[in-house]
Amino acid sequence: MVRFENVGLRYGMGPEVLKDINFSIAPRSFQYLTGPSGAGKTTLIRLVLMALKPTRGLVNLFGQDVSRLEAATLTDFRRRMGVVFQDFRLLDHLTVYENVALPLRVTGKEETSYRAEVVELLRWVGLGERMHAVPAVLSGGEKQRAAIARALISRPQLLLADEPTGNVDPGLGRRLLRLFMELQSLGTAVVIATHDIALMELYDAPRLVLADGHLHVDA
Amino acid sequence: MSMPDHLDMEEAEEERPRSGPRLPASLRRDQPLVPVDSVAGRALVVVIAILTFLAALSAGAALLAARASEQWRGAVANEMTIQVRPDPRRNIEQDMARAVELARAVPSVAEVRPMPKTESDKLLEPWLGAGLDLVELPIPRLIVLRLSSVAANDLVAFSQTLRREVPSATLDDHRLWVRRLSTMASTIILAGVAVVLLVLVAAGLAVAFATRGAMAGSRDSVEVLHFVGATDEFIAREFQTRFVALGLRGGAAGGLAAIIAIALLGFLSSAWSATPEADQLQALFGAFEIGWSGYAVVILVAAVVAAIAGLVSRLTVRHYLRAMS
Ligand SMILES: Nc1ncnc2c1ncn2[C@@H]1O[C@H](COP(=O)(O)OP(=O)(O)O)[C@@H](O)[C@H]1O
Ligand SMILES: [Mg+2]
Repeated sequence: MVRFENVGLRYGMGPEVLKDINFSIAPRSFQYLTGPSGAGKTTLIRLVLMALKPTRGLVNLFGQDVSRLEAATLTDFRRRMGVVFQDFRLLDHLTVYENVALPLRVTGKEETSYRAEVVELLRWVGLGERMHAVPAVLSGGEKQRAAIARALISRPQLLLADEPTGNVDPGLGRRLLRLFMELQSLGTAVVIATHDIALMELYDAPRLVLADGHLHVDA
Repeated sequence: MSMPDHLDMEEAEEERPRSGPRLPASLRRDQPLVPVDSVAGRALVVVIAILTFLAALSAGAALLAARASEQWRGAVANEMTIQVRPDPRRNIEQDMARAVELARAVPSVAEVRPMPKTESDKLLEPWLGAGLDLVELPIPRLIVLRLSSVAANDLVAFSQTLRREVPSATLDDHRLWVRRLSTMASTIILAGVAVVLLVLVAAGLAVAFATRGAMAGSRDSVEVLHFVGATDEFIAREFQTRFVALGLRGGAAGGLAAIIAIALLGFLSSAWSATPEADQLQALFGAFEIGWSGYAVVILVAAVVAAIAGLVSRLTVRHYLRAMS
């Protein structure tokens, strides 16, 4: 469902951050995206999200070349993906409930039609009692779980999580990893960007390793 | 979503004992998805209120002028007066009688009404004050003529006859005045309409700048909305809803202030109506009341301002979103 062919990317006139990237992500697969800090993990995720255009090469999503997508298709593709940002990117003026409900709300659904579903998911990630809180009063772990819940609520076909355990203690990190594995077993392709070796040793899965701008796959 | 129960976060179980299912009627607060800085929002409401107030007053003034000019036209268009000036060498009553006689002989004059001295003295009261013994003063006397048709063509001849037969009398053609007054009224109306248009443009610009500011301030939120699958259309609607609400608040406040101001002026002018100043004002502007249609115009102006706020914010947002992608 994701295929990169000879993709290169540079920011402005800077050096090429990613060079000749080739890989693909199969439906219902589970993989890590790893490499040292600054290797380009976030950049690669932004390419998949179509927030960046590759400076060269081909990005293919859901069987379509993304360089010439209609606005409607682009929106449709984004609705099929869930993303957990490294810095969460929750909307500060909305409650946890509203943040998590956002992907459903933007499709124009009635609030009553998804309320129970959102509440159930919030309970499931342990935020049942915090749903009326605004992000400013949440702990790092709570924000992390709210961001994950927002990525899951629309049952995406592809989940991209950028350092989802970077802000939490190892115990919660393990629980979150279990959550992602469970998600994969329910049919979602999962990509977890992390530089946490200990985390990757907990559960063995293919690793997309970024180093010096190149990517190789450790199966 | 039916998720297996065993995945429940243990942490939550430990820290916060679960109280049974609790679903408030509506979990969603009435929060717009895109935050608009509340200080900027208040400033925009105030600006729109002031602009609406000015536009509503200009519209009211234009309406008042239109009304007044209609009144003059109706009252004066087919009227003329003969003015008989006192002359110590002549008998003014005889002159009056002769002028009336001559006027009655003109075919296009339908009615001749010599104004009794008491009545013409009364006309001067606002200007000279009551209680003055006007018998002492050489006050001209008036004869009011009503014409049967506006396009009378025997009046020039009549004017000459009158001057010959009664040298102290002159014929005043009001119609010239009416024309001048209508020109003045049209100028006032045009100026009022121009001010209204300018104010609407200013309101549109204020909303455009405020929208741009809000967009720049919520660039991050807009990006997140895109990532979670919001269309440009959806985002534009969110902004528009917000700005229509601000526009309606400002428009309502400004319109209300204008209605109060107009009502107050009407009240003051009726409180003055016993005074000479009021009579002068009335002579010029008619009764200082704009009535139903006036208030309707004020409300219309406020509604148009709110509509412009919605439209301009929408266009601005669409433009900005296109530029962003
Ligand atoms: N917006 C940007 N503009 C310029 N350079 C950037 C930008 N974002 C990231 N970079 C650079 O690209 C490289 C990869 O960054 P990033 O993708 O964030 O790495 P990672 O997520 O693996 O830590 C870094 O050298 C970083 O400085
Ligand atoms: Mg990163």
